[in-house]
Amino acid sequence: MAINSEVLVIGGGLAGLTSALKAAREGADVRLVSYKQSSLRHASGLVDLLGYTPDGEGPITDPYAAMGDLPEEHPYRRVGVETVRESMSLFDEVTDYRGDHTDTNALVPTHGGTVKPTARYPTGAAAGLASDDRDVLLVGLESLVDFDAPHAAAHLEAAGVPFDVRGETIRFPGDLQADAKITRYAKLLDTNGDVAVRGRKKGARDALAERVNTVRDTEERIGFPAILGDAHTDAVRAALEEKIGADVFEVPMGPPSLPGLRLEDALFEALDEAGASFETGNPVVDFDADGERIETVYIEKNGAKIPNSADQYVLATGGLVGKGIESDRESVTEPVFDCHIEHGEDRYEWFDGDAFGDHPFASFGVETDETLRPLTADSAVQFENLRAAGSVLGGYDFAAEKSGSGVSIATGYVAGENAAAEAR
Amino acid sequence: MSDAQSPTEFDPVEPNTGEDFEPVDVFPDSNDFDLRPGADSCFKCSVCDTNCPVAEVDDEFPGPKFQGPEQWRLKQTDDDYEIDDSVMSCSNCMRCDNACPSGVPLSQMHNTARGEYVSEQMDKFSIEYVRNRILANYRTSAAIASKVPKLANWGMNFGPARWLMEKTLGVTKEREFPEFAEETFREWWAARGGADASRRNAQQRREELGLDRDADKKVAYFHGCYSNYNSPNVGQAMVRVFEHYGYEVVAPEQKCSGTPMFANGMLDDARRHAEVNVSSMSDLVEQGYDAIASCTSCSMALRQEYPELFDIDGIDKVAENTFESLEYLRIHEDIKEDIQETDVSGELAEEFAYHAPCHARNQGLDRQSVELFRDLDGAGIEDVGESCSGISGTYGWKEEKYEKSMEIGEEMFEHMEHAEGEVGMTECPTCASQMEHGTGYEVRHPLELLEAALVE
Repeated sequence: MAINSEVLVIGGGLAGLTSALKAAREGADVRLVSYKQSSLRHASGLVDLLGYTPDGEGPITDPYAAMGDLPEEHPYRRVGVETVRESMSLFDEVTDYRGDHTDTNALVPTHGGTVKPTARYPTGAAAGLASDDRDVLLVGLESLVDFDAPHAAAHLEAAGVPFDVRGETIRFPGDLQADAKITRYAKLLDTNGDVAVRGRKKGARDALAERVNTVRDTEERIGFPAILGDAHTDAVRAALEEKIGADVFEVPMGPPSLPGLRLEDALFEALDEAGASFETGNPVVDFDADGERIETVYIEKNGAKIPNSADQYVLATGGLVGKGIESDRESVTEPVFDCHIEHGEDRYEWFDGDAFGDHPFASFGVETDETLRPLTADSAVQFENLRAAGSVLGGYDFAAEKSGSGVSIATGYVAGENAAAEAR
Repeated sequence: MSDAQSPTEFDPVEPNTGEDFEPVDVFPDSNDFDLRPGADSCFKCSVCDTNCPVAEVDDEFPGPKFQGPEQWRLKQTDDDYEIDDSVMSCSNCMRCDNACPSGVPLSQMHNTARGEYVSEQMDKFSIEYVRNRILANYRTSAAIASKVPKLANWGMNFGPARWLMEKTLGVTKEREFPEFAEETFREWWAARGGADASRRNAQQRREELGLDRDADKKVAYFHGCYSNYNSPNVGQAMVRVFEHYGYEVVAPEQKCSGTPMFANGMLDDARRHAEVNVSSMSDLVEQGYDAIASCTSCSMALRQEYPELFDIDGIDKVAENTFESLEYLRIHEDIKEDIQETDVSGELAEEFAYHAPCHARNQGLDRQSVELFRDLDGAGIEDVGESCSGISGTYGWKEEKYEKSMEIGEEMFEHMEHAEGEVGMTECPTCASQMEHGTGYEVRHPLELLEAALVE
């Protein structure tokens, strides 16, 4: 016996979550298993489609229009532009993200002071867009060294933003420790918990707004690092806006990231509502196959091997960083099903001498047919009931193109749709 | 992109260290190094910190990343480095383990560091040490109390005595002591006829199910202290449900799983108990039994903490063959379909507000009750969210930790109040007592609902 489902998705990132959601919405009995917590908590929470061409040209204004010019092996070309649009509608339906009113990329300031072309952004980042010409005050916190507000402001100015931007650093009321966790700030603001200001207790939201008011000039928009609450982030922002009398926005931060955590929560909630099952914390370590079909995969739990069986499987384990692709000095491998990954025999061919050059390793990944089934070295379908989605796929460099989220959503959508169709 | 100049001159060449040199084998399985396995895999992404329920409410607590890999790094560079006393504020929820993208064994490091702190640095005559030792050795007190359950139930919650306990020992007077059952699980088990009776029941049931009468279906039940002394109804439900599926149950000799001892750094105590448990379980595992626990902290200890901390003969085999009760049925029986085809009425036909214990979460079991019972007619189940209950075994019993423990639990209490049901459900006995304490709700174990649904 085994734990059974119709579709088993391996991987809990954006690609795995989207494919499980799509398959469940198509009526399949879906189970998602993920080794560790979703990699979304490492992500900025911004959802990019295509920011730059593979040749580094950009920022791109209309990502959909630019997809036709991508090389043939690019995942967007595999699934088609119309499918990318459909998959983004599914994403829009289950999140409260902005940016769906236009095909054009939005320009969102990052914590480093660059401007990033992105297709969807959290509501909390909306007031911060670089295309808006209202003046901005960025507020940094002494105890939060990951965001240097004056430095970020200077970078934005140098990038030529159409507004005045100034950075100020204040102490978070209550004088949290220099290494306080982002969840500590979020919890205090979520609950409007008491903080001590000059010996008197005050709600964290009020106290923070008062400190900002002492450094604010006439700016109509105030940007904070992304720590403004977790469960009640809209309420935190609304309270600050009222007390400061200006629009408030969050600047997306590096890992660990609250916007990423919130996106993770929203997607898992949608998955739960769609009736899917999921489990995190244990890796898939082995599988049984009968010729062309995968029969059972095994999840390891401290030595115990738990069998999970399904009719259809989706591999969404991530790329080199997510450990869905591994490499040693000899070869590059896909560790779960040992799918073929094309790479040069000599490892010195895997990278470019120029640090910022065109590195072959960035596009390493599995190759698939049109329905996203991984192919062997001889271009035959490896398993008839296995599909791959997200950054385990080869043929594109998401870091250079800023296309990681879009490819994950689009290919996850297609893999989930096909798996559900086959399972019934 | 960075502003740095592209180093276009860089031309990589083969390492020129000679043909015999294999740089990946610099440290071939050396035991001389005190590098905790995995400490170097930590790249300080801090995602573990976002999971820590203590760091979320306590500004003084430096979080799991500091307690684990950073303390080990400090120890490497400074021979006199002493373990930071903040490690005693870690509640051993073990949530950080599940977060690390590099597989750093964080909770193992915390347990080891806490053990070292307690044995090397803590004053053995301090009230804190004595108090922690009493709390950690709950089994000993429970064994005595259960001899005189009525007296114990009265005495342990007697106001003046509790005031005295807080003043002298630092055990909070805010909490109600768990009630001791008048008949322990083991007393019930023995009176019922022990393993022989269970074998007969199982054989009869297999015949009814059309299975081979002598089919090899047998489990060894690790009931733990709580379902023995305090909630024997959970243990009884576990026996009846397993017999219903045709399993023979045995209840071997056992001590405390060690969970409260790990959390208090009492590793020597924990080892003594672990040795007894592993010895009796490994004999049975050799004979083809699987070990089953109904408490998720007990299964966590047997599967993960023992092999991580102790080198006991047979422990790996026991860990590989240990399962949580519902998980086991999910693997081996068609329990999902059975639940879909039945219904529940009477006392357990309720809407339940379900909380997944941290130690269930860590075994990947946080969703199984919700997913199984959502198809059950007559009862409803609602997940009250991912927050920690805050009690963490003995943690919330300490006077100085009580407030923090309630602050951590606040989110769960709120979600429970908002949930449709007014009966709680969880696998963990101490989470259950925190749920009761914070909301006044009665709390049930999933096995009780399963018994009501499947066993007539």
